[in-house]
Amino acid sequence: MLEVRGLAAGYGEIRVLDGVDIDVAEGEIVAVLGSNGVGKSTLNNNLSGLYRPFGGTVRFCGADITGADPVRIVEMGLVQVPEGRRVFPNLSVRENLLLGSYRRGRANRARNLERVTATFPRLKERFGQMAATLSGGEQQMLAIGRGMMSEPRLLILDEPSLGLSPMLVDEMFALIRELNGQGLSILLIEQNAVQSLEAAHRGYIIEHGAVAMSGKAADLAANPDLRARYLGL
Amino acid sequence: MDATILGAAVINGLLLGGSYALVAVGLTLIYGVLHIINFAHGSMLMLAMYGVYFLLVKAQVDPYAAIPLMVVVMYAAGYGMYRALIGRFSHGKDENILLITLGLSIVLENIALFFFTGDSRNITVSYSDRMIELGPSLVPLPKLVSFGASLLLCAALAWFIARTDTGRAIRAVAKERHGARLVGIDVEKILAVSYGIGIACLGAAACLLVPMFYVAPTVGHLFVIVAFTIVVLGGMGSFLGALVGALLIGLTESLSGLFLGEALGQIGISLIFILILLFRPTGLFGGGR
Ligand SMILES: Nc1ncnc2c1ncn2[C@@H]1O[C@H](COP(=O)(O)OP(=O)(O)OP(=O)(O)O)[C@@H](O)[C@H]1O
Ligand SMILES: [Mg+2]
Repeated sequence: MLEVRGLAAGYGEIRVLDGVDIDVAEGEIVAVLGSNGVGKSTLNNNLSGLYRPFGGTVRFCGADITGADPVRIVEMGLVQVPEGRRVFPNLSVRENLLLGSYRRGRANRARNLERVTATFPRLKERFGQMAATLSGGEQQMLAIGRGMMSEPRLLILDEPSLGLSPMLVDEMFALIRELNGQGLSILLIEQNAVQSLEAAHRGYIIEHGAVAMSGKAADLAANPDLRARYLGL
Repeated sequence: MDATILGAAVINGLLLGGSYALVAVGLTLIYGVLHIINFAHGSMLMLAMYGVYFLLVKAQVDPYAAIPLMVVVMYAAGYGMYRALIGRFSHGKDENILLITLGLSIVLENIALFFFTGDSRNITVSYSDRMIELGPSLVPLPKLVSFGASLLLCAALAWFIARTDTGRAIRAVAKERHGARLVGIDVEKILAVSYGIGIACLGAAACLLVPMFYVAPTVGHLFVIVAFTIVVLGGMGSFLGALVGALLIGLTESLSGLFLGEALGQIGISLIFILILLFRPTGLFGGGR
């Protein structure tokens, strides 16, 4: 459903990505790994239309969305849960969730709100609380819940386990599997290579602005080279 | 001091504050969302007041009946100004927005001077001099109407911002634009809508002011300096702060007028301004940002 071909992207004069090819098929979890500053978030933000790619093409569900604006991209169901949560600090938990369906999924707003709060009972308890006052883990749940409210066809998760305690990290990966089990396709950006390769069907390793390696998640996890460099084993 | 005179001054001050409220609320809304002082605020109010004036003089439209029309026209003007000028030429830099609104205010004022001359104009409507008994004092009807309508409109706007999706989007854009884009909010459009609403407040304010105030090309300054003080007092960007601040500033003006003499009424306002900056720069309702 997502086809990225020869994507080049960066900021001003700086080229961060140069010729990235990535595919996500319906129903897959695809992990994208790479060291800090390699351009994983840059990739996401170009897919989401926050920046205009320097070159290459992005196709989503058959449509060319290269350089499309974020409004249209969300409308089509390509939704990102960004690094750093980016919840609305001055809005209540409930309002954050409601705004998740600002552009898409509005018809089923009430039902989706039920569904999200069933997934994250903690959010329900803090419905009226300002998002700024949530703990980091709760904010991460809120960010994911907000993404779910738009009934995404493909969900991009940028480092969802960042800053979570080990127990919450386990919960997070369980949740990712669960959402995928319900039919949601997921592009998972992670530092936590071990667990993301366990959860994912396939994976890509980005180095020096391009895909250095890709394949079945299990094969990547077994690759001795990668085990040394990314898995710290 | 006679309690009746004091009571009258308090009532007068609150009523005065009510008519400042809309101007201040518009200013604080624009500040809260766009993070800039709208230097064009005064000149837009001035233009709106001329609009109300000419509607009455040329088309016999009562100022109060003109509220819906003026709100719509000023909203459209603000929205259009944002789309055509501010958004297009600011390239997302707050300093640029500031300079553009400053430039706009100079241009608008000079246009007004050219077309309308520097003369002050007054209107008379049948109810201009009607007095209403209110407790210890007699107050002019236009002042009472202005107070009531102003508070009502502020309440309606507060409801809109608190309860509608557009209102939520406005608040979301105010603090977290990146997140707003990711839920598919058209951030540029919301900025234009916010600016439009801020200017629409001036349309309503103008309708309420014209029955009791002269119109001249520089009339906006008067209100904007007061409104700015109110916004700083209430806390920049705080809606409730603007409302409470407006009433407090109205009171201050009226009471310092009573104790220091009519001509010095505004001195109290400057004093408050300096005191807030010294002791509570975030204002009454402004949290740290
Ligand atoms: N807005 C920006 N302007 C200029 N350069 C940027 C901007 N955002 C990121 N960069 C640069 O682009 C490069 C890639 O950053 P990016 O955030 O995509 O890395 P990342 O792979 O997501 O890293 P991390 O794992 O730490 O999140 C970095 O060198 C970064 O400094
Ligand atoms: Mg990143």
